Amino acid sequence: MPELLRAEWTKFRTVRGWVLTVVAAALVTMVPGLLFAAGSHSSCSEGPIEVPCPAPLLGPDGETVEDRFSFAHRELTGDGALTVRLTSMTGVITYPPPDHDKIVAGLVPWAKAGIMVKDGTRPGSSYAAVLLTGGHGVRMQYDFAHDTAGRPGGVSPRSPRWLRLTRSGDRLTGYESPDGRHWTEVGTARLSLPDTVRIGMFAASPGDLTVKQSETGGSIGQVRFTQTTAVFDQVSLQGAWAATEVGDSPGQTDWERYHRANGLVRSGGTFTVTGTGDIAPSEDGPTVQDTLPGVPFGLVVVVVAAVLPIAAEYRRGLIRTTLLACPRRGRALAAKAAVIGVVAFAAGLAAAAVTAPIGMSLLRANGFVLPPTPLLTEVRVIAGVGMVFALAAVLALALGALFRRATGAVVTAVALVVLPYMLAVFSPVPDDVSRWLLRLTPAAGLAIQQSVPAYPQVLSHYVPGTGYYPLPPWAGLAVTAGYAALALALAIRSVRRRDA
Amino acid sequence: MRRELHAEWTKLRTVPGAGRLLLGLVTLTAAAGVALSAGVTCPWGRCTQDTVRLGLSGIQLGQVFVVMLAVSMISGEYGTGLIRLTLAAMPRRATVLAAKAALLTGLTVAGGAVAVAASLLGAGLVLPARGYPPPSPADGPTLRAALGSVLYLALIALLSLGVATALREPAAATGTVLGLLYLFPLAVLLLPDPDWQRLLWRLSPMNAGLAVQATTGLDGLPLDPWTGLAVPAAWATAALLAGGLALRRRDA
Repeated sequence: MPELLRAEWTKFRTVRGWVLTVVAAALVTMVPGLLFAAGSHSSCSEGPIEVPCPAPLLGPDGETVEDRFSFAHRELTGDGALTVRLTSMTGVITYPPPDHDKIVAGLVPWAKAGIMVKDGTRPGSSYAAVLLTGGHGVRMQYDFAHDTAGRPGGVSPRSPRWLRLTRSGDRLTGYESPDGRHWTEVGTARLSLPDTVRIGMFAASPGDLTVKQSETGGSIGQVRFTQTTAVFDQVSLQGAWAATEVGDSPGQTDWERYHRANGLVRSGGTFTVTGTGDIAPSEDGPTVQDTLPGVPFGLVVVVVAAVLPIAAEYRRGLIRTTLLACPRRGRALAAKAAVIGVVAFAAGLAAAAVTAPIGMSLLRANGFVLPPTPLLTEVRVIAGVGMVFALAAVLALALGALFRRATGAVVTAVALVVLPYMLAVFSPVPDDVSRWLLRLTPAAGLAIQQSVPAYPQVLSHYVPGTGYYPLPPWAGLAVTAGYAALALALAIRSVRRRDA
Repeated sequence: MRRELHAEWTKLRTVPGAGRLLLGLVTLTAAAGVALSAGVTCPWGRCTQDTVRLGLSGIQLGQVFVVMLAVSMISGEYGTGLIRLTLAAMPRRATVLAAKAALLTGLTVAGGAVAVAASLLGAGLVLPARGYPPPSPADGPTLRAALGSVLYLALIALLSLGVATALREPAAATGTVLGLLYLFPLAVLLLPDPDWQRLLWRLSPMNAGLAVQATTGLDGLPLDPWTGLAVPAAWATAALLAGGLALRRRDA
């Protein structure tokens, strides 16, 4: 086997055109990302003055978060509990589709109102909350990323929802009840909170996201102001209530200024809390993934580079010499696959390892604040380019051996690896179809590039075009690997059976 | 020219490849178009989607068979060395390329017409159930979209023929054409600046060429339908010129 590998490697490296194609694959991978990074600018202003963009808000686990809501709160020292009755949750959505011309009453699905224990009122601090949502029932959420579902349904004055949150040491437990007597536990959280925390009622309402297709092929997301008003009574704690707009500079929209301001209105035992914003993980700012949009470009060239040698062997009759020298045909093909796989891996790895750091520093120089990405994630994304390249090369080589024709092999490999991705980010295909395309085809391996996780409790346009893949990174890569292995097995079988 | 045409037709007719590729063009185009049409919705109760464009969007996939047909017509000859015989028998090289181009155009137009008709008929079968009227050939924009799609396929065929003649190597030629078709739209999406996006869109053979399929929202398109079709025409002309020059100048 070592001689075989050396023979195949010698064949590959001594044909200048083939080596140049691999180099071209690496360059084509690098250029789009570098151009994108060099051409993108971000600026922030305070009034008319341009200022450096603020650092992204970080949650207790170091991830980027959004933390903006209205909070009516009081001090809680040591263990304790808060029980409230939520009698109404209403809201407005400004300029919703289809015509974007009216302000309507309504709740967005992830509008939130409920009770919360939080480590102070600083945005991004640790918290646990039991809450009712606009369209997803009661939830227990804590520290931004964690979300447990409770009973579904909404609220009305005739069927109120009771909520209770207890603290005992570092253990927080959320309960809900339809009548204030029969309670069910929704979830628990273990948080390292100080002895004294803030406890109270809150309301938040994330922006209403509408996605429309742009004429140039992609999609444009627009977010419009929404607001939630929640009415609480039967509040179990008495005392000095304070109201804070956490993470918000209030009164920015005409709606807040002239119709209903965010904040707390108290009349007797009834607390009306009105709020805007969200308490959730966020995907603020570009990451390593955004410096590597050239991967589909490079893949097309890698496919050509992998088909060229095998097609040339068949066309020139060299395959007969190769198989004469190595009568164990499966091994001969496996050696070819190993060589082209390693070469493609090296090309992808080198391209990504150069592009990612340069691209990220270009983005920083252009005013972007990059959210912190775990080092392992960055390594996975960069090495992933090499792995996807290697698998695509093996797949293309196998197709070349199967078809013995360059044209058919290149078209099939591109149609399997690159085309599904192209269709998935391009507009005529519905979002569901594009997700299935990236589950079932060898293009699934591009999921190895996803650097920011998707959260079900966040309203966002999670589609391949915005960098979110339907499969987890390694599962996606496994799909591609499966296709490559299958194609190689079929190719070995057919090379063994037929005349050269 | 008649002699060259006859020779090329005999070559094409007597190997099974071309027929299979045209069958693939019709099948894939119609299947993808009908599948996408069957999934069309009326968002917020308004049936305003461009169903003609959707029904014809299978062209984006089916065109790979046209690329294969065009590349195999010339690269196949280089692969087997047949090209030397061809050029010895018919020394007027530009005429040989012209004969190949004419034959390829004829075949692509024939196959493309069947593919477009099948797509629209198939879409007409599934659309009423989704709340849309079936596409009608009496409607001007629909007719323009159908004719334009056939012409688009012919232009892609000529573009591929030119690239394959210039590059000779089938893998490189196929990769180049597919890259030109499919990577341009991706590059358009990458550009941060909308003005640059529209500029690149106007240069992209697939984006601009398929503007001819649009029957609604024409105002928003960076190019109007027939001007859009001029973009792949310019690419095809440039590729054929490059291929023709290379064929005349170099050894076979």
